[in-house]
Amino acid sequence: MTRIQLNVDGVRYDDDVEPRTLLVHHLRDRIGKVGTVVGCDTSNCGACTVLLDGASVKSCSVLAVQADGKSVTTIEGLAEPGGALHPVQRAFHERHALQCGFCTPGMIMASVSLLADNPDPTDTEIREGLEGNLCRCTGYQNIVRAVHDAAAVLRDAVPAAGPVEVPVQAAPAEREVTV
Amino acid sequence: MTLTAQPPAAEVGAARKRKEDARLITGQTMWTENVRLPGMLHMAILRSPLAHARITHLDTAPALREPNVVAAFSGRDVADVQGGLPCAWPVTAELVMPVHPPLAVDEVRHSGEAVAVVVARDRASAVDALGAIEVDYESLPVVLDMEEALADGAALVHTDQTTNRAYTWIFDSAQAGTGGAVDEAAAGAEVVIRRRYRQQRLIPAFMEPRSVVVDATGDQLTMWSATQIPHVLRFLLAVVTGTPEHRIRVIAPDVGGGFGGKLQVTPEEIITYLAAKRVGRPVTYTETRSDSLLSAHHGRDVIQDLELSARRDGTVLGLSVRLTANMGAYLGLVGPGVPILGAFMYNAIYKFPAYRFECSGVFTNTTLTDAYRGAGRPEATYAIERIMDELAVEVGLDPLEVRRRNWITHEEFPFTTVAGLTYDSGNYEAATDKALRLLGYDELRREQADRRASGDPVQLGIGVSTYTEMCGLAPSRVLGSLRYGAGGWESASIRVLPTGKIEVVTGSSPHGQGHETAWSQIVADQLGVPFDDVEVLHGDTRSAYKGMDTYGSRSLAVGGFALVNACKKVIDKAKPVAAHLMECDVSDVEFRDGGFRVRGTPDGGTSLADCALAVFAAHDLPEGIEPTLDADEVYDPVNFSFPHGTHLCAVEVDTQTGQVSIRAYVAVDDVGRVVNPMIVEGQVHGGVAQGIAQALFEEAVYDADGNLLTGTFVDYTLPSAADLPDIVSDRTETPAPDHPLGAKGVGEAGTIASTPAVVNAVVDALRPYGVNDVPMPCTPERVWQAIQNGGGRS
Amino acid sequence: MIPASFDYQRPSTVDEAVQVLSAAGEDGKVLAGGQSLIPMLRLRLSAPATLVDLGGIADLRGIREDGDGLLIGAMTRHADVLANPLVERYVPLLARATATVADRQVRHLGTIGGSLAHADPAGDLPAVALALDATMEIVGPGGRRSVAAGDFFVDYLTTALGPADVLVGVRFARYEGWGSHYEKFQRMAQAWALVGVAATVRRENGTIAAARVALTNMGPVPVRARAVEEALTGAASTADAIAAAAGLAGEGTRPTSDVTASAQYRAHLATVLTGRAVSAAAGVG
Repeated sequence: MTRIQLNVDGVRYDDDVEPRTLLVHHLRDRIGKVGTVVGCDTSNCGACTVLLDGASVKSCSVLAVQADGKSVTTIEGLAEPGGALHPVQRAFHERHALQCGFCTPGMIMASVSLLADNPDPTDTEIREGLEGNLCRCTGYQNIVRAVHDAAAVLRDAVPAAGPVEVPVQAAPAEREVTV
Repeated sequence: MTLTAQPPAAEVGAARKRKEDARLITGQTMWTENVRLPGMLHMAILRSPLAHARITHLDTAPALREPNVVAAFSGRDVADVQGGLPCAWPVTAELVMPVHPPLAVDEVRHSGEAVAVVVARDRASAVDALGAIEVDYESLPVVLDMEEALADGAALVHTDQTTNRAYTWIFDSAQAGTGGAVDEAAAGAEVVIRRRYRQQRLIPAFMEPRSVVVDATGDQLTMWSATQIPHVLRFLLAVVTGTPEHRIRVIAPDVGGGFGGKLQVTPEEIITYLAAKRVGRPVTYTETRSDSLLSAHHGRDVIQDLELSARRDGTVLGLSVRLTANMGAYLGLVGPGVPILGAFMYNAIYKFPAYRFECSGVFTNTTLTDAYRGAGRPEATYAIERIMDELAVEVGLDPLEVRRRNWITHEEFPFTTVAGLTYDSGNYEAATDKALRLLGYDELRREQADRRASGDPVQLGIGVSTYTEMCGLAPSRVLGSLRYGAGGWESASIRVLPTGKIEVVTGSSPHGQGHETAWSQIVADQLGVPFDDVEVLHGDTRSAYKGMDTYGSRSLAVGGFALVNACKKVIDKAKPVAAHLMECDVSDVEFRDGGFRVRGTPDGGTSLADCALAVFAAHDLPEGIEPTLDADEVYDPVNFSFPHGTHLCAVEVDTQTGQVSIRAYVAVDDVGRVVNPMIVEGQVHGGVAQGIAQALFEEAVYDADGNLLTGTFVDYTLPSAADLPDIVSDRTETPAPDHPLGAKGVGEAGTIASTPAVVNAVVDALRPYGVNDVPMPCTPERVWQAIQNGGGRS
Repeated sequence: MIPASFDYQRPSTVDEAVQVLSAAGEDGKVLAGGQSLIPMLRLRLSAPATLVDLGGIADLRGIREDGDGLLIGAMTRHADVLANPLVERYVPLLARATATVADRQVRHLGTIGGSLAHADPAGDLPAVALALDATMEIVGPGGRRSVAAGDFFVDYLTTALGPADVLVGVRFARYEGWGSHYEKFQRMAQAWALVGVAATVRRENGTIAAARVALTNMGPVPVRARAVEEALTGAASTADAIAAAAGLAGEGTRPTSDVTASAQYRAHLATVLTGRAVSAAAGVG
């Protein structure tokens, strides 16, 4: 067992975990964040996507011990505490960008991360930016529409209310390499 | 509550945002895998690595010594109690129906077949302990190729049977009296075209892996399952396990997609039940994706041999179809019937005078096949739409012109086809005209000519698919005549609560289609209640106790019909109450603009909620009135419904690499009147994506030993957003004459239509290279190879 | 699926990592970003007794100028490589190829060192390292050493790294001003490259003064297309000259046939894609 500390959706959790425990299983089975789901075993489907220190990752391809000391945002932590939906969540609803909804948590988290890096993506940039997430229901058409809509909302929100509360990917390390 | 004179806005036809989304976009969904019960144990399954073998030694005892293991057992341990998995569609009286044990007992017949299980305190311990199970196999001959399987002297998949042929099923229009004889048609034909097409094996690949939880403590059996068919499952659990049906409760909570792939009673469901019974505690099992691709049922896998006879002017005289359909190692729940569903669709939208269909089902040492989105109809539509293009080339006509010369015109409906079905309504001309405009067909044809003339390495192809399908499964008497084991009705119940809120109980169990939203819209209009005042209950046999579930684009076509009728019964029951409240004669009451009003009086009236409160109190009701407004309806359809449409696809083919990219895709579908155009469009998008995936991307492949080579998503390649085109989707609207809302089905239309549109486009691009077919999926290598084999540019 | 159990070590220095790996012997395995390894662990295609996570060694992450080249720490993530202006300026070919690696999520965790040490013949970065004559900086029980990319890729999923060696960084020469292109041919966005071509050229006065070309997935290890390079060197920067040189792309390759493509088709693709890669790098066509 290895002791790890995670901040998940704003709450600190200290746990002893088996090193082989995948982050997604730790989230689901220990922390109770069952909103994040597992759709495959080869990291293709992206259903398990969460933000790790602000960057989208597939939580089935991260060991919980690797995430020690880091911050995790899941689909359950995306809406504001009062319940107001994140613009990406709202756009998915309004554009009918989900049907069965199983891919949706991962698809939304991947979209949030994409828009943090590229606030005004083209159709192609959205499609390629979501290439790591599979959906079997929608043909992706309404997902692309939803991401466009959310992008517009997020862009409009910036001047009015300052930086939008979207977890932004950490800047690349400019650390000295001493190797 | 006083009614306003202003009628409420119609809900049906509005693009209502979905009720379901609130939980799905916030991670609060109740998937089966999220079910947690006190004392729940985890199960893991050991699967056969071999496609055909005798189990010579199997000892689960060593697994019991592993940490946290509570139980371990094999097929032999449960041989007396596990029963056999059901096939509900014995298509012929002579059907060969081998026993399908949930856990293999002596022999395994496909790679991935379950042979033993471990039940442990946690999932990891269960998986770890599988490695301790001792098992030895003696290999048996593997049968994979369907035609070899049917040859004399072939090795047998089931050594206790005498043949690999499961059945042969024939329809002949001359015998049925619905048309002429195909032999005579061919004899008199100026053109006879013979083609062989191959429907590759596909995997439904719903995104939510199958999952099951069983609580069998006491004499009750509660099963949560990621299934499309909780009601069918409950009935068959009673049959298979011997548990009295009234003690069984099946719950399909939120289900993450199905596409036919969860239209099954699975080994895993039964095995989890057996495990729960043995340990006396709740047991849960969720498959991995690898398990799912290996062992959940596959789809398609049919060889199609066609012979089309025609006159030189393009008029078709007859069609003969001979299918060889891969059943896999066992017969699935409706597997044998899947090709038969296609039997009535090969004549498609055309007026063929003669038609013959023959299908042989074949056993092989592969995962069983069963329904996958469209189930028989995509195969039929592909074959006919491909060969109509070949006819067009042969007689020198535009592919659309050949279709026009043969299709049923809109004045001719209702039209009884050579396959014996009566098509309810349609307007193929209108849908086609609209699609041509949206694509810019003529302009693309000009560009194609330019590219051909200049020898552009990137060639353009345009593919046409004019389809219809039979959906709204199905009139029970028809199912009976086809030897299907159940009816095709659907149920709906309305519960009017004292405050006027409505609970709707539906027997069709959704898994992404949006029933909660669409049903609320229908009820809102029918009962004059707000959309938000309607709650739709489904998928739990305790609340939704009667149903036939969701498949075959049937929910709205059949279940929606039941729902409307149930609402009408509510109104009828409320009328005397309303009359009493309004102090008028019941014959003067009409339900209009969302409320009960006195005939001829513009203002005033009373609402359903007023009536609901009145019957709740029941202090003052007319004599003989039952104090409830609740109503049930079970509706059995009189006919199928026949949506149709025209899909057009333009592809660019890089002739140097064989890479195909879809440049434009237009879908014009006629699904009758729509309840929610947003949901309908979503169904089309998803269906088209799956059809494109068959055309270009997906194929389940076995090696020569029967190992599945496409056992993960790395190799079984679902398209991502980056692989699919923008889809232009539009509709024409020809109401269904037999349906109270005028609605047809839409769930499968996109999948049925799109595959031939894409492949026709690919072949069209390569005609100058002497190419007249590319096998599916049209991978870059296959396209490139077809060009190499085509004999060069003409 | 769930990985088999393993002993987990998270050293904070390279020396400590080497010690731990030495103790683990053949049953030890290095965990970098984990984007190839963890799926293999989950499927139990790999079941090491000891997993040595380099994620705790801060020194292994980062990019800096180093003499006349660029030194990239082995644990530098793909996303960081892509965002780095030095890479874009000095080693644009690496930027082009890194942009095609897997998907955004994988690029947020996967590392350059992990990709090179994994040495998947279908991986995109080995061909880049080979084309650019990159140098692998390795620390092992015997101390520190440098290995040229040409000597690093030994066989299928096999490199010059010993069981207790740690790849600490990759050194690239500067290719400032060179035209670069990575031509990746995939069946689908999620698929691995059927064939990839990494090409970078320096043009002078309408001719190709120098060319570096290497192929992905044309054998068990990445293949340097020397014949193509020689034919290009000094040739006119024209479509015809490039096409003629690209015709030599098959030399020295050993493509395999598998469920995704036949060897014959791969060989064909190699010539077509080499032409396209070089043309794009040279700004021709």
